[in-house]
Amino acid sequence: MTAPGLATQWRLRVDPIKCRAHGLCAELLPETVDLDEWGYAIARRAVPPLVLGEARAAVAACPTLALRLERTSAS
Amino acid sequence: MSRRPNPPEQGVVRPPSGGWRLLSGWAETGRAETYSEHVERFGRLPLTHYAGTAGRQRLIDAVAAAGLRGRGGAAFPTAVKMATVANGRGRAVVVGNGCEGEPSSRKDRILADYAPHLVIDGALLAAHATGADEVHLCMHEGAASLDNVARAAHEHRSKVKVRVVAIPGGFVASEESALVHYLEAGDARPTSKPPRVFERGVKGRPTFVGNFETLAQLGLIARFGPEWWRSVGTAQSPGTALVTVDGAVQHPGVVEVPYGMTLGEVLECAGGPTETVQALLVGGYAGHWLRADSAVAVPLTHEGLGAVGASVGVASVIALPARACGVTETAHVLRYLAAESAAQCGPCMFGLPAIASDFAELANGSAVRDQIVLRRLERRLGEIDGRGACSHPDGAVRLAESALRVFEPDVRQHLAGRPCAAAGVAPRLPLLQPGRGVLVAR
Repeated sequence: MTAPGLATQWRLRVDPIKCRAHGLCAELLPETVDLDEWGYAIARRAVPPLVLGEARAAVAACPTLALRLERTSAS
Repeated sequence: MSRRPNPPEQGVVRPPSGGWRLLSGWAETGRAETYSEHVERFGRLPLTHYAGTAGRQRLIDAVAAAGLRGRGGAAFPTAVKMATVANGRGRAVVVGNGCEGEPSSRKDRILADYAPHLVIDGALLAAHATGADEVHLCMHEGAASLDNVARAAHEHRSKVKVRVVAIPGGFVASEESALVHYLEAGDARPTSKPPRVFERGVKGRPTFVGNFETLAQLGLIARFGPEWWRSVGTAQSPGTALVTVDGAVQHPGVVEVPYGMTLGEVLECAGGPTETVQALLVGGYAGHWLRADSAVAVPLTHEGLGAVGASVGVASVIALPARACGVTETAHVLRYLAAESAAQCGPCMFGLPAIASDFAELANGSAVRDQIVLRRLERRLGEIDGRGACSHPDGAVRLAESALRVFEPDVRQHLAGRPCAAAGVAPRLPLLQPGRGVLVAR
């Protein structure tokens, strides 16, 4: 049995229509967010637990509200 | 025209025999089927047989037992979608998708023109199974079939409201969230997921979007049962499929074939190749190139194409002649796909023109620079994949990746400064000329 919360993984989901390549997320969270050559966010890696706070900050900072922090079950 | 009186009672009607099912009317008469001919051929819509809650479940079970998968390209199990919509929150809506934005495919137009009643039957069955009270049948603006389908729908005198809707043209306008978006807000561009339309679609209601061929197959399954329906095809890919065959073949057009036929046999259905063929484009513009020599033995099935890294997609097969340059042809298709982007998502809006011009540079061949171009292209393909609201960019990536594999010897020659003779020419294939073609007989 895993303690609740331990198996939880977090991921940033980018709404591709809303993302307008402002790039604040990559400034705040380089651990998880890359930018493509046109400046649009790529968030394929899981968010390490230690930077969950920064991830929340990135979500809040996005000028177009294109980011969401989502819980995914660890596989 | 003589009308034969008294359509036979339901149950007396025999399922179509021989190769043609959906298009058996056309195969026999060579023209569009009238409503009375349709009823005579297939029998009345057996809604009473599926009455009540138990009946609706029986209908969904029959579709599940048949193993019907969507024919619009994604091959999603139809019964799963139906059950999700039927059990969703709120009154369901049914959308029939006959837009066929994919230029390599003409099967849905052929169905709308020659067997509209079977499509309408399927839409009404889907409405019955999901408890929907409205049906929207969507086709692209200007399609000659629009009036035909509207007239045909009127003849069914269904209690369910059936509306025929003209959708603005465009490749991505017929993606399911784009259809729902258009019906809702008059904007035929895809929306972000979630929510998926089967959860929350038209008016926020669970929405069943079914391709015209999927609906027509429903019309057969409901009448003649899953066992009959599965009697052709393979265990994993049962039934028949409408396939558009084009390129270097004698008689380009649409054929109805059982799943499991090899791609070589499919080409023969269209009269066979007119010249030496080097590659086949399978599954549409968002599909895969396959080398012709090995592909002719590959069965047209989900499992057969899956095993060679391809997929059925919209079930079109285009034969590329040996004298054409695959790199150049792919560059043309990629430019088309780039132009068809809804320009909503950055990776698609900027990425597709970028990979299209990379391909054009490879096609034109300037040795020194091309090494850089190829590396850049490969990086871009990896970056763009999966980053759109719809799968439009993914389709372009698939096409480009398969082209790099299949035409690898050509790419190498181009990189060495020796582009093929046909490099950089205008497209040889009828790739960018939608609307071509006739029905071919087997």
